[in-house]
Amino acid sequence: MTSRNLAYLSNYSIYSAIVLYTIAFFAHAIEVSFSVKNTSENEKTTFDFSRTERAGRIGTAMMILGFIFLFAGVILRGASAHRVPWGNMYEFSITGALAFSGAYLFALIKYKLRWLGLPVSIAVLLTLGTAITVLYRPSAPLVPALKSTWLAIHVSAAIISGGVFLLANTIAATYLILDRMEERGGRNEWAKKLPSLETLDQLSYRLVAFVFPLWTFAVIAGAIWAESAWGRYWGWDPKETWAFITWVAYAAYLHARVTAGWRGRKAAWLCLFAGSTFLFNYVYVNIWGTGRHTYSGL
Amino acid sequence: MRTALILLMMLGVASIPGSLFPQRNQNPMKVTEFFKANPTLAQWLDKAKIFDVYSSPWFSAIYILLFISLIGCVLPRSIEHAKAIGKQPPLTPKFLEKMEGFTELDRPTEGALDDAERWLKKNRFRVRREDESISAEKGYSRETGNLLFHLSLIVILFAVAAGGLYGSKGETILNVGDRFINTPTSYDNISFSKFQREGDMAPFSLRILDFKATYDVVTSAPTDYTLKVAAANPIGSKEVLKTIKVNSPLTYGSTKIYLQANGYSPVVAVRDKSGKLIFEGPVTFLPQDANLTSIGAIKLPDMSPQIGMVASFLPTAARSAKRGAFSSFPEVLDPRLLVSVWMGDLGLDNGNPQSVYRVDTSKMKNIGLKALSIGDVYNFAQGTITFEGYRSWVNLQIVDDPGKMYALVGAILAILGLLTSLFTRQRRIWIKADGRVQIAGLAKNGVPGLDEELLSLQKALLKNDEKGL
Repeated sequence: MTSRNLAYLSNYSIYSAIVLYTIAFFAHAIEVSFSVKNTSENEKTTFDFSRTERAGRIGTAMMILGFIFLFAGVILRGASAHRVPWGNMYEFSITGALAFSGAYLFALIKYKLRWLGLPVSIAVLLTLGTAITVLYRPSAPLVPALKSTWLAIHVSAAIISGGVFLLANTIAATYLILDRMEERGGRNEWAKKLPSLETLDQLSYRLVAFVFPLWTFAVIAGAIWAESAWGRYWGWDPKETWAFITWVAYAAYLHARVTAGWRGRKAAWLCLFAGSTFLFNYVYVNIWGTGRHTYSGL
Repeated sequence: MRTALILLMMLGVASIPGSLFPQRNQNPMKVTEFFKANPTLAQWLDKAKIFDVYSSPWFSAIYILLFISLIGCVLPRSIEHAKAIGKQPPLTPKFLEKMEGFTELDRPTEGALDDAERWLKKNRFRVRREDESISAEKGYSRETGNLLFHLSLIVILFAVAAGGLYGSKGETILNVGDRFINTPTSYDNISFSKFQREGDMAPFSLRILDFKATYDVVTSAPTDYTLKVAAANPIGSKEVLKTIKVNSPLTYGSTKIYLQANGYSPVVAVRDKSGKLIFEGPVTFLPQDANLTSIGAIKLPDMSPQIGMVASFLPTAARSAKRGAFSSFPEVLDPRLLVSVWMGDLGLDNGNPQSVYRVDTSKMKNIGLKALSIGDVYNFAQGTITFEGYRSWVNLQIVDDPGKMYALVGAILAILGLLTSLFTRQRRIWIKADGRVQIAGLAKNGVPGLDEELLSLQKALLKNDEKGL
């Protein structure tokens, strides 16, 4: 098959994944909203999970299918250009969405996190939508500076870290919303289904602790690559600066928990802050930045 | 410890302005633009070193304080930790009832401690046996990893500092065919660190044999750069053929030679009215866009009156009504040299430094304009110029950083330490057999997993008991 056909096939896979994630989004939305049962006006609202179990299962099935199509899309994109598919922001975004939904599916198996399906499908849809409308670039070979084994190592480590950081962020945000509800006199009906505050708190911490070494590695791999491509291992390029800030923020988060014993609300805010430095790095530096991490327009 | 953490966060915050404002050492042109756009603001920002954040006194101050504070908190802890290596776990507490997972077991006390010790040793706990109790501990390497990580950070900070105090960094533009000897005078610009001396420079020489760039036909984006050089180290020894690419520099000890940029040098010959050769050779032109439309200047101060030529080189010439003449592809397929000839005073004698790529035409008069193909001769009133051909040039960056090996070692150790400390659980388990058999434990930092372990120990104790009966 020619490169051009492969590139088209990749685009079709991505489009299909978008459709599947949209269905997953609606299924999860139905799961959440219809589990509330109002028998009459005077009676207290009750709650029936069995009615929406099927919707939830459909949601998960669509998430898995979407993941498969997205995976195919990313692989085909790489095949069309004979390289790893991480040459520009469009490719980072589709791979990032893949890592994020992959992290969700992993957490789904390990920790029974189906309730996260709604926010995760929204986030994936937003990422893929932006990627295909704003960031799309035709498939092309790499510029010489990107031709290195370190591309695969450095970028995959960064993307996986990013996916898990964002998942931890989603959980921390959920924590804060639920925490607020409980403070105001109890959770809303739909939120009663979600795990306890303590579980959420532990989970976001464990995700960060698990992926922090990987992020450290991504930064170091980047430094090693920069040394061989640009002649210095650290030059305070905007991307490097913000990677360092993200690292510092998460280091502070881990210390705050382990040493200072921060839990709950304070820890969740710190987690959100650290995650937002990562997002800022991805969006600001790629689009408005002037550093050396900008290739092929975006 | 808290101080170090606050300083680390301050370092993070202090590095932000450097990513928002242009930096002199990264992009001096942008700094100049900023000064032109906001003169007053720029002056104030400059006083706060906002354009040189990473070499500013306040940034260094945080950096050095962090360094000291980190040493101050990690070294004493390391010594304490080293002293504790051979030591036994602390004594069993008097009352186990208040500890995690406290259970009283229904089995005789005889042999309970032996069974427990066997289980603990099998699970690689450090065991302290007393008359009627056992205190066991595991996960000692958590602190080892933690300290290793922080000690490695100190190594990295050291290495970065060493890179700033020793070493050199310079750039040079070389045409294909040129020879380069690694001495300070060969460079277009070079900066030495505080303690670096000229004699420390690696004694090598290079001869540029060939440079080949390939481009994508559709997008004009480069796909490969390959530079071939004949290198001799030390100078005068037998030359060896070497290849330099963007991601694979040439290395001599702690010195590396990087391929950074490339362009074209048109080769011209200029003769005066009598036909005498005034200048012949390649002139380096500066690329302006992705298709390597390049501009340059040919200055002839020895002709009288002085002649200056403002010129463009188009590797693949094209023309449009909107843009005029431009290059449509970066490879040389249909080259043109456009020259605009000026006569008068080049302004070289007033002592002000001038760009070699531009002509100051304020005191000059335009006397002609011409587009030349290879081999063409243009006769301007004061003489002739022949466009003889072109050569590729490469910009080599030559960096000597003796600190970077230490930074790499530090980084690898840091990762190992981090993994060890984050994935090791530290916990204690106690067994008492003073009439009753009791077990309990304590997990440091509340890490989960202790309950399962206690359960497993309980099972082992009860099972062995049954067997014994």
